[in-house]
Amino acid sequence: MASPSGPLLQAEHVIKYFPIKRGIVIQREVARVHAVDDVSLEVQRGETLGLVGESGCGKSTLGRSFVRLFPLTGGRIFFDGQDISTLSRRGMRPLRRELQIIFQDPYASLNPRKRVGQIVGAPLAIHGIGDRRERKRQVQELLEKVGLSPEHYNRYPHEFSGGQRQRIGVARALALRPKLVIADEPVSALDVSIQAQVINLLADLQEDFELTYVFIAHDLGVVRHVSDRIAVMYLGKIVELSPAEELYERPIMPYTEALLSAVPIPDPRESAARERIVLEGDVPSPINPPSGCRFHPRCRYATEVCTQLEPPLVDYGNGHLAACHHPLNVDKETLARATVDQRRTPAKADESAKPTQPAQQAR
Amino acid sequence: MAEPLLEVRDLKVSFRTEDGIVRAVDGISFTLDEGEVLGIVGESGSGKSVTMMTVMRLITDPNVIYQGSIIYKGRDLMGLSRDAMREVRGEEIAMIFQDPMTSLNPVYTVGWQIEEQLNEHNDLKKGQARRRAMELLAQVGIPKPEQRIDDYPHQFSGGMRQRVMIALALSCNPDLLIADEPTTALDVTIQAQILELIKNLKREFGSAVVLITHDLGVVADVADRILVMYAGRIVEEGNKEQIFYDPQHPYTWGLLGSIARLDRPRARRLTAIAGQPPSLINRPQGCSFRTRCPQAFDRCRAEDPQLTAKVGDGHLDACHLSVEDKRERRDKTINPELAETA
Repeated sequence: MASPSGPLLQAEHVIKYFPIKRGIVIQREVARVHAVDDVSLEVQRGETLGLVGESGCGKSTLGRSFVRLFPLTGGRIFFDGQDISTLSRRGMRPLRRELQIIFQDPYASLNPRKRVGQIVGAPLAIHGIGDRRERKRQVQELLEKVGLSPEHYNRYPHEFSGGQRQRIGVARALALRPKLVIADEPVSALDVSIQAQVINLLADLQEDFELTYVFIAHDLGVVRHVSDRIAVMYLGKIVELSPAEELYERPIMPYTEALLSAVPIPDPRESAARERIVLEGDVPSPINPPSGCRFHPRCRYATEVCTQLEPPLVDYGNGHLAACHHPLNVDKETLARATVDQRRTPAKADESAKPTQPAQQAR
Repeated sequence: MAEPLLEVRDLKVSFRTEDGIVRAVDGISFTLDEGEVLGIVGESGSGKSVTMMTVMRLITDPNVIYQGSIIYKGRDLMGLSRDAMREVRGEEIAMIFQDPMTSLNPVYTVGWQIEEQLNEHNDLKKGQARRRAMELLAQVGIPKPEQRIDDYPHQFSGGMRQRVMIALALSCNPDLLIADEPTTALDVTIQAQILELIKNLKREFGSAVVLITHDLGVVADVADRILVMYAGRIVEEGNKEQIFYDPQHPYTWGLLGSIARLDRPRARRLTAIAGQPPSLINRPQGCSFRTRCPQAFDRCRAEDPQLTAKVGDGHLDACHLSVEDKRERRDKTINPELAETA
């Protein structure tokens, strides 16, 4: 399988269902939340992979399964060529140095009773790196790197603003010099002006520490800015995977088109001139996802076939993949050349159902 | 000229704390016309929410100190009794908040909550209130209102809950709706739906709307006029065109530059505003923004800039730079890469 020279992280048919249980003494499973449902993708060394989608699409669950915060329901994950999907807690421990995560909520993810020095130094202490003095020196150096001051070492989290707290979370994630950092909505809770600071910081650190990022967010503007490649998720599935710029210039999946058109543009004239596709309703329940293509109840191009067959992931060239029966922005020749990606297509999808026609007029 | 619907005159709101007096709102004045959509933009702690909470007289902190006046339809709201203010709230002015999860009562059905409000302000028969509640739910785009009316808030998604909040706010046909970060907790797709709804309010109900947000992108489409607030003061005021195409204050430039824009080529770096907003207890001498402003010069330290019109009708800003300097430096600040290639 993947060798150390291959992708840094490779996910193969990853499945994560959360059981819903009823009963007090004897708990029986009454339903399942299909959080991540057969996802295959890889993260190349040094790149930033963006994961986007609405709340409940499974992007955070996927990110968390990359660092094995819980056992998988199915599928395999290789990190640096090593299968980590079945490792025990103890077996995972040495890998925790290389895989770190930054959380969304800078208020909830820092222990309010610990000082900044203890918070950022905790990973070093747990992994027994250096003595007390050496750790303090390293922590202070990290604080400077993330734009805080070494004097902040003895302060408590409540003394900091949201943006500064997120910097503390970044320093903690980088303490062990990881290879891969999962950034789970790292700027969503911050003001726009502070978001820009944190995004610039993450970009600088990527260069300094030679990091690979998986950047999870629902803001497509932010994701485009930071990512090399982007995976769009909908109800536990990857519906489109593409180089960042191409996704914005030429979205193939109607869901991506709708997501892009919903992003507000800070320009009144362009904003008024733009066609906005307002998606009706909410994301359906991941407990009973719709049949066929999961987006079909909200899709304005959907036809009979969409309700019955799950579309395969089709490779349209240039690393641009999409799962759709009625692809947009594709001409006849591209469509003829396109091939079904056997490896990444979910097992339940119909591999013979490669689209033959570009999308027809919207409903 | 017709009398404005709302006029805020030299409003100051401070809080006594152990560390000193926090000047959350420090002398702001503005007007709002009937049916107008006003955007108030600024970072956390700029005083935008406190200003509108004061208009609603919803600040209950015993350590608050007010100065100035809030004239609504010719009446000063600051002088009203609690009972008189209760009448104004809901009937005249309604407010929706950022977090639709916590602003509804979890133990009553949404229908009950809307009916309660209708009965409080109107003399309605039992069936009438329920019918009206159903109409309102339909108007804000909740599918199958006849079924959803008996659901509890936890049975709604975030976007649907925000719609319920809007239905509740509209139940008594207010002339002014205050929306405090109504879409910040929502996905972009749901945000687009809610903004569309707010735009329609103006058309269908004729309500004036004050939209509070930290994201200039949100107001670009909806607002008629925009106030930019920083550290408890208005630093720039103008109509939508003026603010977006001829921004005068370096803080507004910073806000514009901070947005990762989909409609422009990808920038290598975003133009962030360096540092943090200043302490509202010890405001820096001179211009409050000078500590974070790359354009600051001697005069900014010495002298507090006043909000004055320099470039056009109704376009005010509080900055010492000359108009020529601003126009020359602006593009380099907002988007240095685009300016280089141009």
